[in-house]
Amino acid sequence: MRDKLILSNVSLSVAAGEFFVIIGPNGAGKTSLLKVLSGLQKAHQGSVAIKDKDISKYRRRNLSQIMAIVPQQIELGFPFTVAETVIMGRTPHLGILGMEGENDFHLAEEAMKFTDVVHLADRKLHQLSGGELQRVIIARAICQQPEIILLDEPTTALDPSHQLKIMDLMEKFRREHGTTIVMVSHDLNLASMYGDRLLLLKEGRVVKTGEPKKVLNKELLEQSYGCRIQVDVSPLGGVARVTPIPDKFLHVEE
Amino acid sequence: MNMSIGRKIILTTLLLSTALVLIGIIAIAAGSAGMHFREALAILAGPGEPDSATATILWQIRLPRVILAAFVGGTLALGGLVFQALLRNPLAEPYILGISGGSAIGAILAMLLGLSYFPGVTFFSFTGSLLVLAFVTTLAGTTMGNTMLSRDSLLLGGVMMNAFCAAVIMFLISMTRSFQVQHILYWLMGDLTTMQKGQLPILLLVLPCFVVIFILARPMNLLLLGRETAAAMGINVKKIVLLLLVITSLMVSVIVSLSGLIGFVGLVIPHIFRLLLGPDHRLLVPACLLGGASYLILCDLMARVLPSSGELPVGIITSMIGAPLFIVLLLRNRT
Repeated sequence: MRDKLILSNVSLSVAAGEFFVIIGPNGAGKTSLLKVLSGLQKAHQGSVAIKDKDISKYRRRNLSQIMAIVPQQIELGFPFTVAETVIMGRTPHLGILGMEGENDFHLAEEAMKFTDVVHLADRKLHQLSGGELQRVIIARAICQQPEIILLDEPTTALDPSHQLKIMDLMEKFRREHGTTIVMVSHDLNLASMYGDRLLLLKEGRVVKTGEPKKVLNKELLEQSYGCRIQVDVSPLGGVARVTPIPDKFLHVEE
Repeated sequence: MNMSIGRKIILTTLLLSTALVLIGIIAIAAGSAGMHFREALAILAGPGEPDSATATILWQIRLPRVILAAFVGGTLALGGLVFQALLRNPLAEPYILGISGGSAIGAILAMLLGLSYFPGVTFFSFTGSLLVLAFVTTLAGTTMGNTMLSRDSLLLGGVMMNAFCAAVIMFLISMTRSFQVQHILYWLMGDLTTMQKGQLPILLLVLPCFVVIFILARPMNLLLLGRETAAAMGINVKKIVLLLLVITSLMVSVIVSLSGLIGFVGLVIPHIFRLLLGPDHRLLVPACLLGGASYLILCDLMARVLPSSGELPVGIITSMIGAPLFIVLLLRNRT
């Protein structure tokens, strides 16, 4: 990993309030790109600007006041409760002793209501199901009152109903607050249904950026993912629908 | 949720401070010098009768010793708490990780060189602890954040480091023909008897460390969720981790150079309070400090009172309580 170039020549811009989805095969550098965008990792070359200011010019605390991150996994080693976890999102807004005030508790309560985890407030994190845990982490991000939320595959481990619940939550929050959302996803159909624009990444390079219908193109996808893929129009609002084709169906199609 | 965190902190601190003072008074009053408990309490209560011999024992010998026990216990408990948070491993502790061992080597070297107690022995002891710390954390690759791997390799690395330090210590001692050997051996077992009143000011060194650790209590909460998560919430992870490691090693080595190797306090106390109060470090820092102080005063009292003649080094008591508990925790963590 040390000397391998993970991303090269990647250029993108995300508009305020946009739902932006980064897609691409495993190892394409999606998570790395998200880390560079979040400032958690520094790129050897190139730059990231947030609100017209270079990311390296921000102090970590100030950056965290405008940007929240929902990671792929979180540590569950210590038994924090849901309420304690959610209010941690207030950290970048607190004073030196880190004591929360009434307003902070109010915001945490609101965030828990929004993601429907109020009834779990006193439960320990490790007692939650995958979907509940993800909603808690999103509540924490919301509680941070960010202008930008970065999500790393938030729906990967969830069943379809929970996937939709998470995606709907994000979409609703974006509509209500004008928040910018940048998400890494393996689910091309969710990307198609929710994304304003997509970015297709392969081996650290941008294959294509643009509206879902342009990026979810049969040739581009087959070439990037290395498998046969069928793209047609979904009866739901006419969005692109992507189906990877298993071997046993290949001869049928041809 | 029902009570604000500020109120919880104040309440916990008040309760535990009261307990500490009570235990301290009992420990000063109880003991073998053939005086009655009541009599001793009367002397402590005020300048009743200046019975010089008894009063001297109480004020000149027992009080400094109880103060030392309080500082040692509080520091070691807090040290354990900080290491557990930083390494995200509930079994981490200065003694188990070999940090105490490293600082003991430094202290012995300085003693054999005939350096003055402060700054000589303390400085050598600090250097020793930092070297071990650097080695153990590098070995465990904690910067990678791979917990499953680092958890075991950290403990194994620490145990090996501890064994290595023990060997070096024995080597140093066996090479010495000095009259100091007896003293060093006793000190090594974890001993609070050598405390003199003149050494008390050295203890003040650890007070600022306590304050810094309390201020960093909330960032420590976030570090428990992983370094990236903490960074994402505005914590300057590298700076804070480094600061905490250095400060903790500093206060632990000050303590080790005064009292020798007293193990498992940093394991027992944080575990008890985590069970009682939950994982919030804003509560745990004051609780471990005060609770650790009370605990070691009690252990030291046992070390003084239990043997029919003479007394035990307190390190023997803490290890006899701590080691079995460590095994229980290890088993419970596996399942």
